[in-house]
Amino acid sequence: MAKSAYKIGISLIFGLLLSFCSCSVLAAIDTYQFKDAEKQARFQKLTNELRCPKCQNQNLADSNAEIAADLRAKIHLMLEQDKSDQDIINYMLERYGDFVLYQPRLSKQTFLLWYAPALLLLFGIVAIGLIVHLRTKGEQKQSDNPSTDLDAEQQQKLAQLLQSKK
Amino acid sequence: MARWLLFIPLILFIGLGVFLYQGLSIDPTELPSALINKPFPDFKISDLKQPDKQLTKTNFVGKPVLVNVWATWCPSCREEHQQLLKMAQEHKIDIIGLNYKDDRDLALQWLQTLGDPYKFVIYDKDGMLGLDLGVYGAPETYVLDAQGIVKYRHVGVVTEQDWQKLQGMING
Repeated sequence: MAKSAYKIGISLIFGLLLSFCSCSVLAAIDTYQFKDAEKQARFQKLTNELRCPKCQNQNLADSNAEIAADLRAKIHLMLEQDKSDQDIINYMLERYGDFVLYQPRLSKQTFLLWYAPALLLLFGIVAIGLIVHLRTKGEQKQSDNPSTDLDAEQQQKLAQLLQSKK
Repeated sequence: MARWLLFIPLILFIGLGVFLYQGLSIDPTELPSALINKPFPDFKISDLKQPDKQLTKTNFVGKPVLVNVWATWCPSCREEHQQLLKMAQEHKIDIIGLNYKDDRDLALQWLQTLGDPYKFVIYDKDGMLGLDLGVYGAPETYVLDAQGIVKYRHVGVVTEQDWQKLQGMING
């Protein structure tokens, strides 16, 4: 029993490892040659961060769409021309708009995307603070004077009732 | 605690529901062109039918035109072709072809057998004009005003319905 469980465990781990391997193999194979490793690294970074305009949820590095291949070629060319990363990103933005960025820029349309988490956190803190504040205030009020809600007449009635019970 | 505060979750729920429901009707494949209200990119590319002739923007600036991106390798372009022919026959607006990453002989053959709705065709063999224009898949159709400013991009096949919409845009 224990042995078969062990076997299953091993095969699961092995399968998991295999699936990690296949991820890197699936990525489109590029044969671009770079003179230095630094440009190679920038190429990898850019093609990973830029989105393929044709395919909805793939970056340029992973996509086999023709347009993605064209854009990879263009990035390669621009890197060889010593263009900066920002130049390349701007080039893409001019043509395909914000869609190509996986990391959206801060703009009128996206400020909520960037600031909503902080705003919600702030809202939560304020809400908790307010609730705690109201509760402690209410408890204090009750402990200070338990019968503040009753007016003179009601107090009298209460006393009477208590008396009559005895 | 005030009674109305109890309605806050309901109101939040309705608000979220409306917001998400609207999201259902958004077509994520429809991207706005980055070139809207910007001039059509400059180019100097040979004419499909007259290889020696170089075409530039001056060939069409002066009145509104449609620029239709097509290729023989694109099945939807074949589907769209009849509609383009019909639009050309109505003579309301000039249609300019942008033959995108294609083979000249195949493209000429296509026009010969299927008919030619285009005033002229830009032969963008390496797709550089397509790249400048932000084309991400044929067919695409651009509406240009008389100053050569891109007013609208339609992605995919132009249907009769789309044509009505485009006409409204051209006249408006």
